[in-house]
Amino acid sequence: MSSKISPLAEFTKGIWKDNPVMASLLGLCPVLAVTNAAMNGLAMGLATTFVLVTSSLIISALRNFIPHQVRIAGYIVIIATFVTVADRFLAAFMPDISASLGPYIPLIVVNCLILGRQEAFSSKNGIGRSLLDSLGMGIGFTLVLITLGVIREILGSGSIFGAAIMGDWFTPWMVMILPPGAFLTLGILIALANWFNDPSSSLTSPRSKDKGAAS
Amino acid sequence: MSYFLLFFSAAIVNNFVLSYFLGICPFVGVSKKVSSAVSMGMAVTFVMLITAVVTWLIYHLILVPFDLVILQYVSFILVIASLVQLVEMFIRKVSKPLYDTLGIFLPLITTNCAILGLALFSVLRDYAFLESVVFGLGAGAGFTLALVIMAGIREELELAPVPKYFQGAGITMIVAGGLALAFMGFAGMI
Repeated sequence: MSSKISPLAEFTKGIWKDNPVMASLLGLCPVLAVTNAAMNGLAMGLATTFVLVTSSLIISALRNFIPHQVRIAGYIVIIATFVTVADRFLAAFMPDISASLGPYIPLIVVNCLILGRQEAFSSKNGIGRSLLDSLGMGIGFTLVLITLGVIREILGSGSIFGAAIMGDWFTPWMVMILPPGAFLTLGILIALANWFNDPSSSLTSPRSKDKGAAS
Repeated sequence: MSYFLLFFSAAIVNNFVLSYFLGICPFVGVSKKVSSAVSMGMAVTFVMLITAVVTWLIYHLILVPFDLVILQYVSFILVIASLVQLVEMFIRKVSKPLYDTLGIFLPLITTNCAILGLALFSVLRDYAFLESVVFGLGAGAGFTLALVIMAGIREELELAPVPKYFQGAGITMIVAGGLALAFMGFAGMI
């Protein structure tokens, strides 16, 4: 479908223009759930990127062999396999992070972002392009997770990646590391992205941003 | 824990959507009209109930005895995907209008984190059979509740002068934040 655009654009589109979280609201569960600290956001982003890239490679390589009727089930099995790999890896080498992410690591299986990219891209494009697309999407996703994690950690615990940066005067906003803080921060970030994408505010209709709601 | 407390905790205190962030996609996607929110909630609750039963049986009767726990994720998600397919065929047969309302969101129940989350939490917390069934019912009720409240608010929001850049996803997140704040009031009750 998008064989006209350059490989570089294929890679960069996931980082800003078609950012999975900001532009299409995909994969929101982990975005909101694990970003109470920057480190968790980073770990979750990397784990998701790993699963996205590996399953994209396999699915684009097998795209002509998977029967159309059972493709979704096939994709899910492939994704679940790589999630199991990532889960065991984290449990073995980073037990602390594995414990703090808890059930959200296995929940990568049902991250709409991953299945969405397989259905929309890897099943129709070659291995090279799928690799670029999934890497870009994964990086875009990770960046959003880190941004949210950093904002919430600074405001909610006065630290960044676990190191205290705010002085004694600072009273942590508990609510930022609790669920409401996740929704509020993401809402404000989305509004900022809308504003940033639309400097000539009077020309374009803001309604045009209201598209990816069908995630 | 008594069954009532378990139900209450899953539905209200630890609401799946507002405190575990499970099922956010349909929460944002299908919460524009109260009527479709109700039917989506029912469909999810139904799938959750069956999932709770089937995944419990699979985990305790197949995976644990044969030492195949590593296949947990793969088998759970396959079971859920086929269950959703069954429910979809059932609804299409029984009620065409309902099928049209839920449209593309029915297959999406497969990738609804709330369903897989339910199965994972049951295993993680080591629920007995009946407990996991009650947990499934409570989680479904909580999901429906959150979805319907959200849809009610969004119907009113149509008429509200929302700042331009917050229209669409932005204001939905802010409203969800307010709701989560309200639901935090239940924390500590159990």
